[in-house]
Amino acid sequence: MRDSLVKSDLVKIKVENLNFYYTGVKVLKNITIEIKKNLVTGIIGPSGCGKSTFLRTLNRMNDVVLGAKAEGKILIDGKNIYALDVDVVAIRRKVGMVFQKSNPFPKSIFDNVAYGLRINGIKDKNYITQKIEKSLQDAALWKEVKDRLNKSAFDLSGGQQQRLCIARALAVEPQVLLMDEPASALDPTATAKIEELIQRLKEKYTIVIVTHNMQQAARISDHTAFFMQGVIIEHGLTKKIFTKPVNKITEDYITGRFG
Amino acid sequence: MNIKYIKANLGFGLLRLCALIVGVIIFAILYDIASKGVGKITWEFLFSMPKNGMTEGGIFPAIIGTIFVTAITALLAIPLGMGCAIYLNEYANDNIITRLIRMSIRNLSGVPSIVYGLFGVVLFVQAMRLGTSVISSGFTLGLMTLPWTVTASEEALKNVPNSYRQGALALGATKWQAIRTNVLPYAVGGMLTGTILGLARAAGETAPILFTGVAFYLPFLPKSLSSQFMALPYHLYIMSTQHHSINQVRPIAYGTALVLVVLVFVMNLFAVILRYRLRKFKRD
Repeated sequence: MRDSLVKSDLVKIKVENLNFYYTGVKVLKNITIEIKKNLVTGIIGPSGCGKSTFLRTLNRMNDVVLGAKAEGKILIDGKNIYALDVDVVAIRRKVGMVFQKSNPFPKSIFDNVAYGLRINGIKDKNYITQKIEKSLQDAALWKEVKDRLNKSAFDLSGGQQQRLCIARALAVEPQVLLMDEPASALDPTATAKIEELIQRLKEKYTIVIVTHNMQQAARISDHTAFFMQGVIIEHGLTKKIFTKPVNKITEDYITGRFG
Repeated sequence: MNIKYIKANLGFGLLRLCALIVGVIIFAILYDIASKGVGKITWEFLFSMPKNGMTEGGIFPAIIGTIFVTAITALLAIPLGMGCAIYLNEYANDNIITRLIRMSIRNLSGVPSIVYGLFGVVLFVQAMRLGTSVISSGFTLGLMTLPWTVTASEEALKNVPNSYRQGALALGATKWQAIRTNVLPYAVGGMLTGTILGLARAAGETAPILFTGVAFYLPFLPKSLSSQFMALPYHLYIMSTQHHSINQVRPIAYGTALVLVVLVFVMNLFAVILRYRLRKFKRD
């Protein structure tokens, strides 16, 4: 418990006055938030509130969208990832991402997890093999797939595919893991597995997760930020947000009065 | 019977008739060529030189010439067309200039082949001093095939889900890495399919090679890129309209037509097989 308190004081990501535009339309307004190391930060809010956009600013995945523009600072370990001299590719290696719809590549299970290693120039077969086993174990998938690593990733169930995508992200040793509604397309059993996994992963990684599901946010996140219309309405300890929200809008949202 | 059903049956019947007419036409052409040409097909016909003012002998130089010129066509059209498609689909922003380029490419596929032929004379034969040669003809056919290659390649690239690109980028791939390792491998089959169909069309063309390199009668094989060459479609044209004793060489004309049709058919078949294998491999 004390450990966890000490850890929670370390800031991994510091967002300062972030504004974000899509072709001139401001979709994130003056976002300032600290994301603590080795904790799960949940991002909640109604559809179109900018929570996915915010998540994608953290590894600059929005860069590929035409007409996207960011203002302000996002400091990861004190370094602004929007500084001009920053290597975007290196950021994405450090800040991994798991998408809403699982997106295994049309390759074998092995090659899916190896993909990130290979594009980063790792050729050592032993290292790759070990890393794949480790990543699959970390993603709680190893036992289910260890005898069929050469089978197509498409043969896996939806939940397994999503865990494969998590393993694939873990293989390149990120420090932060971004998850965009990773369980929204999964059944309750598969969802439970992913949630359990997230709880274990936060020991090694800083996790930011966007979720539509209030119960899920309450169950898995240590901190919660509530977004609405591109603004953070309230953020803080999950327990506090869900039991004693300061803002009336937050209360209305989490009690399901709108959304 | 209700008037409604009579109308429905009439409509259905008309549509069926359309399909039937198309089928009969194609079958009639193929039957005519096959029945009159098949008797001519022997090893000697396929693999020997024409003799006695092309009244006897085979069509070997025309077969080799067509294969040679089509290979050059492919060498120009495949890399250039695929490169252009990759740029347009993966890199180019959607603005006036790229839209203009795209529109031009679409329109190029409608330019008559004789226009390509004359353009080839000006550009390759004269300006680039390549002379009337197999390379000039191949490049001219290559230009004609480009719109097919670009359009088919762009379609194939569009069919690769965006999540493959995003997934690769999120793992720290550069844009080029993502394209090369996680987009192209899944698009290349479709790209080739369209290209082969374009090449098959080019192999049967006469007008673009007419002034750029094809020869009337050469009883030997093309030796280099600057040689003139014989080609099946032009040979067929000569044998059926320009020869001094047309009636005597009619069987040779039919044999040539059959060989050309079979060649094009085999190329199309290859494209179909490629597409089938690609589909099997795809998701859902």
